[in-house]
Amino acid sequence: MNPFSSGTRLRDMIRAVRACKTAAEERAVIRKECAAIRAAISENDQDYRHRNLAKLMFIHMLGYPTHFGQMECLKLIAAAGFPEKRIGYLGLMLLLDERQEVLMLVTNSLKQDLNHSNQYIVGLALCALGNICSAEMARDLAPEVERLLQFRDPNIRKKAALCSIRIIKKVPDLAENFLNAAASLLKEKHHGVLITGVQLCTDLCRVSEEALEYFRKKCTESMVKLLKEVVNSPYMPEYDIAGIADPFLHIRLLRFLRVLGQGDADASDLMNDILAQVATKTESNKNAGNAILYECVETIMSIEDNSGLRVLAINILGRFLSNRDNNIRYVALNMLMKAITVDGQAVQRHRVTILECVKDNDASIRKRALELVYLLVNDTNVMPLVKELIEYLEVSDQDFKGELTAKICSIVEKFSPEKIWYIDQMLKVLSEAGNFVKAEVWHALIVVISNASDLHGYTVRSLYRAFQTSSEQESLVQVAVWCIGEYGEMLVNNVGMLNIEDPITVTESDAVDIIEIAIKRHSSDLTTQAMCLIALLKLSCRFPSCSQRIQEIIVQLKGSLLLELQQRSIEFSSIIEKHQNIRSTLVERMPVLDEATYSGKRAGSLPATGPTSNAASLNLPNGVAKPSAAPLIDLLDLSSDDVPAPSSSGGDFLQDLLGVDLSQAASLSGTSQAPKSGTDVLLDLLSIGSPPAQSSTSTADILSPGQDNTSVSTLQRISSPSSLSAQGSSPAQAAPMMDLLDGFSSSLPVAGNGLTYPSIVAFESNSLRINFDFSKTPGNPQATLIQAKFSNSSPNVYTDFIFQAAVPKFLQLHLDPASGNTLPASGNGSITQSLRVTNNQHGKKPLVMRIRIAYKVNGKDTLEEGQINNFPRDL
Amino acid sequence: MGIRFILMVNKQGQTRLAQYYEYLTLEERRALEGEIVRKCLARTEQQCSFVEHRNYKIVYRRYASLFFLVGVDNDENELAILEFIHLLVETMDRHFGNVCELDIMFHLEKAHFMLEEMVMNGCIIETNKSNILAPIQLMDKAT
Repeated sequence: MNPFSSGTRLRDMIRAVRACKTAAEERAVIRKECAAIRAAISENDQDYRHRNLAKLMFIHMLGYPTHFGQMECLKLIAAAGFPEKRIGYLGLMLLLDERQEVLMLVTNSLKQDLNHSNQYIVGLALCALGNICSAEMARDLAPEVERLLQFRDPNIRKKAALCSIRIIKKVPDLAENFLNAAASLLKEKHHGVLITGVQLCTDLCRVSEEALEYFRKKCTESMVKLLKEVVNSPYMPEYDIAGIADPFLHIRLLRFLRVLGQGDADASDLMNDILAQVATKTESNKNAGNAILYECVETIMSIEDNSGLRVLAINILGRFLSNRDNNIRYVALNMLMKAITVDGQAVQRHRVTILECVKDNDASIRKRALELVYLLVNDTNVMPLVKELIEYLEVSDQDFKGELTAKICSIVEKFSPEKIWYIDQMLKVLSEAGNFVKAEVWHALIVVISNASDLHGYTVRSLYRAFQTSSEQESLVQVAVWCIGEYGEMLVNNVGMLNIEDPITVTESDAVDIIEIAIKRHSSDLTTQAMCLIALLKLSCRFPSCSQRIQEIIVQLKGSLLLELQQRSIEFSSIIEKHQNIRSTLVERMPVLDEATYSGKRAGSLPATGPTSNAASLNLPNGVAKPSAAPLIDLLDLSSDDVPAPSSSGGDFLQDLLGVDLSQAASLSGTSQAPKSGTDVLLDLLSIGSPPAQSSTSTADILSPGQDNTSVSTLQRISSPSSLSAQGSSPAQAAPMMDLLDGFSSSLPVAGNGLTYPSIVAFESNSLRINFDFSKTPGNPQATLIQAKFSNSSPNVYTDFIFQAAVPKFLQLHLDPASGNTLPASGNGSITQSLRVTNNQHGKKPLVMRIRIAYKVNGKDTLEEGQINNFPRDL
Repeated sequence: MGIRFILMVNKQGQTRLAQYYEYLTLEERRALEGEIVRKCLARTEQQCSFVEHRNYKIVYRRYASLFFLVGVDNDENELAILEFIHLLVETMDRHFGNVCELDIMFHLEKAHFMLEEMVMNGCIIETNKSNILAPIQLMDKAT
């Protein structure tokens, strides 16, 4: 006999499947079986239909598709006999779900079965309905179910009750119909009906507000009485579990009371006694008792305030916490998290136990305990708590370390009482688990370090020591390299020793050693190596004796395959070799990074924050289209000698870059135009012969690639000024500019210093003429005062007249507001504006200026540009 | 709501009974079962019986060679579910007499019937063993 004919009994098929040794064999068996079943279905085989369906269910459970059997279910349901119906409904519930359209076909059968005389069949139908009915079916059959809620047999009533739950969930509008029936269910004696009735009422309250009101008014008292009865009931053999009669009913009732009492003081008052009784009298040596206590505590926490009960509840939780059973402890920790909002003090008392739980073997308990500890931290207990957590960090598992590290870092940041403690803790965390520390965290650390100027020496020495022990932690290496670069001389000369430190001698070459190790290690990533390069540059200045060695190290990376490293290496080595004179100004100490703006920005932008500290802005390669302009201000407005606070308009920084200060007090475009022209001016200056870039209205655009190619390379250098600290203008940028400008000025001998200077016609075109008058302030030969006069040589009136100028780096320009911005036609009037130019290379280089004038004629925007080369030589 | 699914899995990870009270496609089910089973089987005896997975919890207990896993919502009482699992096992034990994994495998539909009497749509209906087993015994007598 073919073992796979539809005559196979279910158990034989199961045996066959179990005998398979491989997955492929199993698939083969299943396939044969499905084929046999499909054949039987198409033959409309009556006898073995239920057997086939049972097999199909097994196959479905194994995970194979069985949709061809769905119609079989329907046929079975429509059959007359009970076993067939049984299997049919079971198949229906397992193989189908509410989204299938086939379900609609069942509606009629269901309706007939709901009215059947055999109550078991009615029960079947209710069961099926309760499990998978869809919204339309619910609407159709709701009246039947309502009727059945009052059936004589309690089994049917209880099933009808649960069915109603599904109906009201699917079709909330029908909720009112069930209100009365549900209320009457609550008066039953049969526990099954009671449980389901209570469940129905709870869900009714959740679904509709008026049901909640109704039950609150009518049923709270009777519920309390019911609970009292159940608690005090005598031994019921059928429902007894571990000495408690029907704990499930207990729990359901408690939950219902919770829903009723939440937010309502009167209802809560009624419950107080019974809750106290349950809390105190229930035995807690068995799981069932603990389950009831747990539910009771939850209820107490949710209803209106009653301090006596609350204290009771938290005591119970405290007892749970010290129970040896892991389940109980887990549950207690869960509850305590909710309890903190209610009564934080009480939970603090259990802090030590909770801390122990963080170190537990069990992963679930550890997670919960850690979250709880995080909520418990406040200013007073932060130091011992963090100490414990860091000690645990050393021994914890890898998968837990990530979470633990993140939590420790955020606790330390929020609550640190003093900077030195913050730095200490962070160093410990970095040494232990630096690889799990996120980038923002160590950026914040650097911000703090740079602000704590008296701790610089201490920090760099601690980092040096830490590096010796834990140099595989990437973040630690990055922070250490940055600090050594910045504060290297403090490390070597033991500056700023605190009396808690041990003395340590570090030579210059030791410091360079460290950076060399970091840069040469295979596992260092791009950021680390880039940071090492710049640290080396700084050190080459601070430790002149090691300069040669540093040069050798840098040169090794000239051929690196990574563009960033190659570029830096080449630039830095050229600085070290050729530009000794500016090197020291380039690598002066970083300015203090503003903590407030950093934390504000960080709070505003998560998760991938715009980099603000210099270390972070290393990641500002050309691909970054939108760096926040503010950080660049920090770096770049060091071009002026004083350290200005970061100004709010992002556009100004480019003008600072050029030493151009376009203080346009004019009402018109304000700063939005100024940066626009600023960027274009910048481009004009540097785009050697290529047309000016189009339309960059935001300063950010200047830093995005996609400009024409010749400007890109020079722009690259601008966008990585962060790689060079301090002065912000890249030396490479200075180089081409000087080259550019060397071309401008022909090297003429410096003329004699006549103190009067002739006025010049700076610019003349068909429509416009600009005159410059010069005067010098006595005592300051470098500064020149220029009076510019604009006159209109065309017959049209010019409106919105704006004059802008850009000067090379060795000049500083200051524009005062213009006298007006309307230029009358044909020279009938003029606009005057005064400029102040300071020439740092007075005597060596003459003034040069590029200008641009923007105005509107007849409503049309016009732009004129030009260069002024004819300044008197000795200005 | 309440209970989302009930699974019985043996120590090799093969599903012996699966009852879902929410809709999941076949692939989702297999993936879910694989993930959860791996997590639970890897835990030791000392660890607690509750596992957090995605946005719900799994309460599990091992009886001989079979793991009973119940997936519940986050606000459900875990200890009560543990009791429920025990009740389920006792009910099956009363019906089959010393129930073992093979009993469940070969009488899968009976196990389903029992479960249906106890849980509907994710809520516990009946906890009285006699009431649960009555219709099943009737049906056995009839056939």
